[in-house]
Amino acid sequence: MMRFLRSAFVVARRDFSATVLSKTFIFFLLAPLFPAAMGGLFGGITTRVAGQAERPVVAVIAPKAQFERLEAARDQLTSAIGDQAMVKIVGFSPEPDLAAQQKRLLASQHPPIRAVLSGGLDHPRLVGALGDPVTVGQLKLLIAESRAGNVEPAPDIPVTDVHISSGSLEADRANTAMIAQAVLFFLTLMLSTMVMSQLIEEKSNKIIEVIAAAIRIDAMFVGKLFAMLSASILALVVWVSAGALLLQMVKHGGVQSLPTPAVGWPGFLALGMVYFAMNYLLFGAAFLMIGAQASTAREVQTMSLPVTFAQMLIFAFAATAINALDSPIALAAAAFPLSSPLTMLARAAEEPAWWPHVVAILWQALWVALILRFGAKLFRRTVLKSGPRLPWWRFGRA
Amino acid sequence: MLRQTIASSASDQIAVEATDLVKDFGDTRAVDGISLAVPTGSIYGLLGPNGAGKTTTLRMLLGIIDPSSGSRLVLGRDRPLDAAPEIGYLPEERGLYPAMHAREAIAFMGALRGLPLAEGRRRADALLAEHNLSDWGKKPIRTLSKGMAQIVQLLGTIIHKPRLIVLDEPFAGLDAINQARLEEMIRRETRAGVTVIFSTHVIAHAERLCEQVAIIAKGRVVFDGGVDEARSRLRPIVRLRTRKSDGSWRSAIPSNARREGDEWVFELPEGGPEPLLKALIDGGAGIETLAIERPGLHDAFVAIAGDKAAAEMAQEKVQ
Repeated sequence: MMRFLRSAFVVARRDFSATVLSKTFIFFLLAPLFPAAMGGLFGGITTRVAGQAERPVVAVIAPKAQFERLEAARDQLTSAIGDQAMVKIVGFSPEPDLAAQQKRLLASQHPPIRAVLSGGLDHPRLVGALGDPVTVGQLKLLIAESRAGNVEPAPDIPVTDVHISSGSLEADRANTAMIAQAVLFFLTLMLSTMVMSQLIEEKSNKIIEVIAAAIRIDAMFVGKLFAMLSASILALVVWVSAGALLLQMVKHGGVQSLPTPAVGWPGFLALGMVYFAMNYLLFGAAFLMIGAQASTAREVQTMSLPVTFAQMLIFAFAATAINALDSPIALAAAAFPLSSPLTMLARAAEEPAWWPHVVAILWQALWVALILRFGAKLFRRTVLKSGPRLPWWRFGRA
Repeated sequence: MLRQTIASSASDQIAVEATDLVKDFGDTRAVDGISLAVPTGSIYGLLGPNGAGKTTTLRMLLGIIDPSSGSRLVLGRDRPLDAAPEIGYLPEERGLYPAMHAREAIAFMGALRGLPLAEGRRRADALLAEHNLSDWGKKPIRTLSKGMAQIVQLLGTIIHKPRLIVLDEPFAGLDAINQARLEEMIRRETRAGVTVIFSTHVIAHAERLCEQVAIIAKGRVVFDGGVDEARSRLRPIVRLRTRKSDGSWRSAIPSNARREGDEWVFELPEGGPEPLLKALIDGGAGIETLAIERPGLHDAFVAIAGDKAAAEMAQEKVQ
């Protein structure tokens, strides 16, 4: 066992140095900037599209007094449901030729008008392309409020903010679970292609022969996996520190303002690290096994796409556990080795009990060992062409 | 207890033993029942053309691949990887990490075999200095020539002071100077008690270095024994030039003798040189030149493995 660990350490030390001391590691550290930049870019686009798709503008042809009553009613409703959700109204004085005025307003670009309300508060008529019962319903409410006469201001209710209630806590923890799962998923996704190409170097420069003659293949797999894990944890520490620093600078209250997970922040961060390691090791072992079958970088690239889709499916499977930790599907996601770390991290955000984590970590570690063992056997058999020919059902015993 | 002592004593004398090794790749049988025994402290050559099964045999002996059937005992262990710290291996297809410095590459190869990295670096410095290669130590492998990289890998093969060194086609790609340097390195290691097994398709190297050879053809050992034993399978060749072209002495020349220019060339008769000489002198042949040549390993190889295998090896040597 000591020799196995020492062999794995020799490989891990070489790989870790080769990764961390290379110039490309700087780019690796900058990697989160790209999704952040993409998030900003797509956020901007979404905001712009949302701006364009905001509530429709309805032209109101009515005497000034009636329009002002409509506007007052709108202001009151806006304070309750928000400006973005409310229909916008623009007033116009009645002209002698109503039909021509309606036609002109519907053709107007500034502002772009969807419908024209005429006939005042007593005989309202709507002409236009609304196709939206919510807008019509809001107009009906505005007219009803305006007809009632003076719009009463809403009563003042004294509010005491206790920061946390059971409802808000549950929602906050669900958010924490969702964000943590997403972060874990993206980190693993980012590393998967790197892990898959881990053996390409050895296979292309033929040093695999020297290594295979000196140490056990599973020791090499373990070494490679832990080297990549160490480099990733180093990067993770840099990223988390940078993120916390950024949050401290840009968010009021800094990191203290974030909703506390069920197991507390220190426990959650510790479990986050462990589950990151487990998630990485489980996927890494599987990817290393798959990638070991490839001989060239091109083959690795070809394998990457189905592997990415598989990861996304597993992420979606694990995400079903959020807010439903004890549902059969959530329990299945916690038991299935590849979705277990993601699911259990969500549990850490939402449930304070620790014992399920101990069980899950042991379960996941067992699967890491099993996948590595199987991967090493597969590598020896398919790549090194080792051992006697056996039927597939006897492969595991070879 | 007695049995254990006998087994231990036998394994002390035999460094590597293979029994009926078979290796199938799909429907192709690469090695077909190879058995051999390599004495401790000897230089043992595996001779044969490409595709004969030399590399596959070595890979099985080293535990890189498991045989389809058969067994092997390497330095007394039936699982060769258990003996890995005592083995040095230079594969046919050389491989090093291109970004690694030469000194680090040598130390890394030692570390793979259980040598602490610091000690490996110290020994790497000493080995490089010993071979007047200290300037290479801090150079990345990618900047070295193919021959230089091969020397670095060779040093990495012996850095941990192994008891058994396995070299697969070690002379391929080396210039004449480095070939001589490698031969000397092999001799020096065996003087220190190390067992060396190397495969080659260049008979001259085996002839110069080996005490024992196994000639492999089509996955089988067609000869296993001493180089002298291989040679002794052939009778010495007589080259005779006489002043007279005919006479009673002609009856002493075997009927299958052939003419090469002015010379008669034939195998030395069973009776040895004396009766032949007597017949030539008594018959007044007028001996101009008479040479009795001991057959070389090449001739023995041709006789044992066949003309076709010899032609293939000659072709590989040219390439």
